[in-house]
Amino acid sequence: MQFESFAEFINMGGYGFYVWLSYGVTFGCLATLITLSVRKKRKVLIEIAKKMTREQRLKENRGTKS
Amino acid sequence: MKRGISYTAAFMTLLQRDLRIAIRHRGDIFNPLLFFILVVTLFPLGIGPEPQVLTRVAPGIIWVAALLASMLSLERLFKADFSDGTLEQMLLSPQPLSVLVLAKVLAHWILTGVPLILVAPLLAVLLHLDGNSYGALMATLALGTPVLSLLGAIGVALTVGLRKGGVLLSLLILPLYIPVLIFATSAIDAAGLNLAYDGQLAILAAMLVGSLILAPFAIGASLRVSTN
Amino acid sequence: MWKWLHTYADPERAYKLSGTLLPWFACLAIAFIGLGTTWGLLFAPMDYQQGDSFRIIYIHVPAASMSMATYMAMASASFVGLVWQIKSADWAAAAIAPIGAIITFIALLTGAAWGKPMWGTWWVWDARLTSELVLLFLYLGVISLYASFEDKVLAARAAGILAIVGVINVPIIKYSVDWWSSLHQPSTIKITEKSTMTNEMIFPLLINMAGFGLMIGAITLVRYRAEILARNGMRPWVRELATAEEAK
Repeated sequence: MQFESFAEFINMGGYGFYVWLSYGVTFGCLATLITLSVRKKRKVLIEIAKKMTREQRLKENRGTKS
Repeated sequence: MKRGISYTAAFMTLLQRDLRIAIRHRGDIFNPLLFFILVVTLFPLGIGPEPQVLTRVAPGIIWVAALLASMLSLERLFKADFSDGTLEQMLLSPQPLSVLVLAKVLAHWILTGVPLILVAPLLAVLLHLDGNSYGALMATLALGTPVLSLLGAIGVALTVGLRKGGVLLSLLILPLYIPVLIFATSAIDAAGLNLAYDGQLAILAAMLVGSLILAPFAIGASLRVSTN
Repeated sequence: MWKWLHTYADPERAYKLSGTLLPWFACLAIAFIGLGTTWGLLFAPMDYQQGDSFRIIYIHVPAASMSMATYMAMASASFVGLVWQIKSADWAAAAIAPIGAIITFIALLTGAAWGKPMWGTWWVWDARLTSELVLLFLYLGVISLYASFEDKVLAARAAGILAIVGVINVPIIKYSVDWWSSLHQPSTIKITEKSTMTNEMIFPLLINMAGFGLMIGAITLVRYRAEILARNGMRPWVRELATAEEAK
């Protein structure tokens, strides 16, 4: 362990702002990217399902008309 | 089977056609040129009229303005042919697409690159370019603007089918222009300091030869994608 | 000889294979990055010149080295897609591009945050920074070209051509920028001094580099699966999945 206390760890020998800025931005960006990527699959599937119901309705309407 | 006209004849026919069309619509030649002149004129107004400062930044200003002017004029390279269907006929013709594409790019360079080279010394006078640098300026423009036309044509061929291609085009091709800009301006700077600049010219010439060989294939492939 | 590989060009197989690989990549990535980052932040010895600010290295260097590798991966996928007309390769390229852009952005930003305390300025027109910036522009060009085509088969081909043109240009740009910066500024700035790095400092760095690679692989798989589903909306197996998802 390089640091005596938690406060010293946060301070990073005076460079706390820069170190935590870079780590914060990095993990923030990555977290956003990962959540968006994981959610994308569900979004795509829901969209396909919607399209399917739309097609279904179209088919039924055509069936009643003729 | 007879394949129609020879490659040279096809090349010349297309070149003459493009030149003739452009001469009938003179605005296409003059507008990029006017843009080039206007952009260069704006810089002294923004930076200030001190001759020393202008001498220092003149190569960069002229070259950046040339990049932008060439990019703006490129947008129309395939547009008209694409919308009236000529482009598809070209893709169907028995001559290889790269030959035809090369003719179109050459026509574009004659119409926009050459006037730009001719006007550049006048603008250099306005910007107090160092007396030694004129030769280098002309040489780099002569070697560099064809590279700009060739590389830019790839981007234009990729975006010709899109409705809003203009802004996208700049994002696609300006990064590819960076090496030309770097070597051209450094040759002019070196000439201003009375140093040898044949090394930079050699690299620009290498880029010209390289893009002359490779770019027509990329342009052809992109056109096939765009007209699909 | 390569026949067995072609079976994975089938979207359903590719989808299932990436599904089996995903947990491995994800777990290993979390383990590696967790270990490397904790080690680097807490246990690695302080640099005697740069103090604790050097701890930014544990994300900056992995991000910077992966940004170039990711571009190569994307361009190779596009090349395979263009030459052999394998659509799954096109989808892989489309899945990688945004990840590469984010990684490049991280490399640039952490570089700036490291430069401020060390060089006294957020940005210098240093060769590496400049070529990294150009790389970001190339990524953004590929992404926006892919996004602007309605027909995604054409979009993948167009973006693929651009990515390959970019690969030819990346070394030229890198070389020209190196040469340009050596011309324009005295080389007072050295980003890394290899000799001052002890093993204690290097191990967490290597672990984090491997971790970033695995993480990029894992995110690629996630996006790749979504991309496969989006491009195969008409196939029965995707429709089954969609019905199951909607019922949830």
